[in-house]
Amino acid sequence: MTRIALRGGRVWTGAGTEVADIVVADGSVVAVGPAAAAGSGTDDLDASGCLVLPGFVDLHVHLRVPGGEDAEDVWTGSAAAAAGGFCDIVAIGNTQPPYDTASVVRTVRAEAEAAGLVRVHPAGCVTRGRNGKDLAELHELHRAGCRVFTDDGTPVADAAIMRRALEYVKGFDGVVADHCEERSLTDGAQMHEGRVSGRLGLQGWPAAAEEIIVARDIVLAEHTGSRVHLQHLSTAGSVEMVRQAKARGVRVTAEVTPHHLTLTDDLVEGFDPVFKVNPPIRGEEHVLAVRTGLADGTIDAVATDHAPHTAEVKEEWTDAACGMLGLETAASLVWNLVADGTITLDRMVHAMCTNPARIASLPVRDAITPGVTADLCVFDPEATWEVDAVGLRSKATNSPYAGMTLTGRVRHTLLDGRPTLRDGEIAAPVPPVGGSRAW
Amino acid sequence: MSDRSLLSIDDLDVAGIREIVELSDAFEEVLRRPIPKVPALRGRTVANVFFEDSTRTRLSFEIAAKRLSADTVNFTASGSSLSKGESLFDTIRTLHAMGVDAFVVRHRAPGAARRVDGWVDTPVINAGDGAHEHPTQALLDLVTVHRRRGDVEGLRCVMVGDIEHSRVARSTIGAFTMMGMHVSVAAPATLLPTGIDDWPVDVVEDLDTALEKADVVYMLRMQKERIARDPVLPSLREYVARYGLTAERARRLPPEVVLMHPGPMNRGVEIAPEATEHPGAAIEEQVRNGVTVRMAVLYLALGGMP
Amino acid sequence: MAEQFAPKAEVLDADEIRRATTRIAHEVLERNKGADGLVLVGIHTRGVPLARRIATSIRDVEGIEPPVGSVDIAFYRDDIGTKPRAPTGPTEIPVGIDGATVVVVDDVLYTGRSVRAAMDAICDFGRPTAIQLAVLVDRGHRELPIRADYVGKNLPTARDEVVKVRVLEVDGADGVDIGTRPHAPGSAPDREAATP
Repeated sequence: MTRIALRGGRVWTGAGTEVADIVVADGSVVAVGPAAAAGSGTDDLDASGCLVLPGFVDLHVHLRVPGGEDAEDVWTGSAAAAAGGFCDIVAIGNTQPPYDTASVVRTVRAEAEAAGLVRVHPAGCVTRGRNGKDLAELHELHRAGCRVFTDDGTPVADAAIMRRALEYVKGFDGVVADHCEERSLTDGAQMHEGRVSGRLGLQGWPAAAEEIIVARDIVLAEHTGSRVHLQHLSTAGSVEMVRQAKARGVRVTAEVTPHHLTLTDDLVEGFDPVFKVNPPIRGEEHVLAVRTGLADGTIDAVATDHAPHTAEVKEEWTDAACGMLGLETAASLVWNLVADGTITLDRMVHAMCTNPARIASLPVRDAITPGVTADLCVFDPEATWEVDAVGLRSKATNSPYAGMTLTGRVRHTLLDGRPTLRDGEIAAPVPPVGGSRAW
Repeated sequence: MSDRSLLSIDDLDVAGIREIVELSDAFEEVLRRPIPKVPALRGRTVANVFFEDSTRTRLSFEIAAKRLSADTVNFTASGSSLSKGESLFDTIRTLHAMGVDAFVVRHRAPGAARRVDGWVDTPVINAGDGAHEHPTQALLDLVTVHRRRGDVEGLRCVMVGDIEHSRVARSTIGAFTMMGMHVSVAAPATLLPTGIDDWPVDVVEDLDTALEKADVVYMLRMQKERIARDPVLPSLREYVARYGLTAERARRLPPEVVLMHPGPMNRGVEIAPEATEHPGAAIEEQVRNGVTVRMAVLYLALGGMP
Repeated sequence: MAEQFAPKAEVLDADEIRRATTRIAHEVLERNKGADGLVLVGIHTRGVPLARRIATSIRDVEGIEPPVGSVDIAFYRDDIGTKPRAPTGPTEIPVGIDGATVVVVDDVLYTGRSVRAAMDAICDFGRPTAIQLAVLVDRGHRELPIRADYVGKNLPTARDEVVKVRVLEVDGADGVDIGTRPHAPGSAPDREAATP
């Protein structure tokens, strides 16, 4: 039996880190401690200088499967997740066909299991065909494994549908995750509404369009007593409303993307569609507000909203599709917030591991102690790397960080005790010749 | 990318604008010759790539190129290029491969010309990119004021109408203020861009007060279709009453005022038919100056040895 | 582009220039049997004042001053270097030139390319009966089959030498200097009428 020893890392203890070796066997951590005490392995992985953290959980990944395989497929998306230190990803169902029936959900899960690089949890659609009108068979989807329900890509625009969805999933502790956008205010919108949009002549996407739905969803969650999860919060007003709602006990959780934590709307000035995303990257005051929200716990989770797109739909700003890659750069970007003192390491672990697991009703992994499942991310906080969009594992290249030098990089990822990323290389069988969907 | 591209009025400084104004004067003399054509760009090919209908602008560039002895080719496709399965990138690279020396690009999307500039090493001239910029319009506007009034510094311009959706406003305000003119904008708040406070302009509510002190009155086109899509105005009638250059308002303007419009005019909306008869009306001069300005821009982009 | 110029010797002084332009005026009248139908066209920059002087001399002799025009050849050049060149002065042809005899006036005749360009420009204004060429200095080294009808001074030069004409109206004094250009590697080939 393979025993893997992770040597010399700073291991997350649930409250901080301490230098220790870890021995993993049979999918679990079997020993944590000084080298001698931990014992030996048949396979050593160097973790010196690295943080050893619970494997990351991403609540928001557009895997593009089925129907969007020109931009991403199960294998490339899973590889990107493994390279980013993720062990679990929630896949969003704005696919073709969408995740509105159990059979689609089971197929996606099965394909992901065959790839074997990350556990993929399809999020069920709230409405059939994401039509915004008719509830999907939510319990059937729940039986197929869905715990999160969302029409993301689009909001649940109709308040009555949102109310019924919240009520209906309450019985099996599902959560409705909403893409907050009042579309009557965003028809034709191209970028964040502000002085930059005014100067560039691009139609603005007001913060109010998000905040109106954030307010509505909070009110409905309060009214129904159900859990609501607000996706990719991007405005100061949204953060403040969530803060107040939590203070009065509303069952609301929220996520923020790495790009809304790091990018501002002046980047649009070059008209490179790689920066086009929904919700849009916003002004500095909003970036500071979501950072504060993440730091004080108002925002529970960092979720990537990983959205691969082919170059053909990213040619020119106005026609371009919204979305950017996120899986492989997320850990570095969030680590930089730790390094500059914006958030603590504790917040990082909670935002990237425990909170998203809790929101998605997945097993929560916190302290790395003997007996826990060996889902581990070994992160080198000193490594610097230049983001090469073509070199990323994603099939698409639409990373807004292309050409930038980032600090901190995932060195190894272990999934159920098995390396999926080893010294920065994907540690899994390459899919058979003939295409990555041929297994 | 080419350092000879003209994508935004901000690509030019005061000296650069002066150079174009002076060259434009020299080309005005050329246009008065019995043979109004010079061999300056003989052997060069200019591609007019128009993804949005604009016959006037295309013809103006085409005539300008021909007066310089350049060859021209035209590519015209309206609507969304993607929806028609036409890739902007492929179109540009294809023309580039055929040996085009400069691209004149018109597109309904802001930033399209800048994207094109990133894909080729030949000069790219922005002939209007959505509501973003239209730098040659700004230059022809400046030349028009200059030819009417001499030194433009200190002149007061009132620009009236849909600033928010106007590429003309964004470029012309830039050119006018760079050359020392004062610009006021008069429009309902629904037609002012976000962040107008940061622009080098005064915002005025009352058109009649603003007109009293104006040396230049610039009426922008009011797109009737816009109101149907977005309730920016209760009615055209109310707009005309508040912001139209009615016959009555035109009568109060002194003869030395310079009255401008980028065309095509909605007569009876932003400008009354009678107002176009005002001695200050320079609308046709703008069109003529468009040719000489575009000659100047093309000459600077393509002149000299290849 | 400021060309560096190190004068070596003055080859014509103010008086000699005056005598040369006066003589050219006489030769023009003699050749054309009077001033009827003559139009003088100077090439910018220094050809223009020289044309005016010749016209004045003609008036002094003949009592009729022929019309004087100017031509700028920026848009006609074939030797313009990599950057487009702005005109140095207005092109003004004051009268119709159909059937006229146009005398093109320039300061220095060198490769002949400026004169070729000027003739192209003039022909865009009409169809003269004849075009003749008057230059203050002919320094040789022609690259086109062009010769001057009237020459102030023939001046044998080497290619790396520079001939620089100064005129009162432009430079504040009259004179013609010959000199050398400090070697500038990779510089454009010499043009006629080196203008600083």
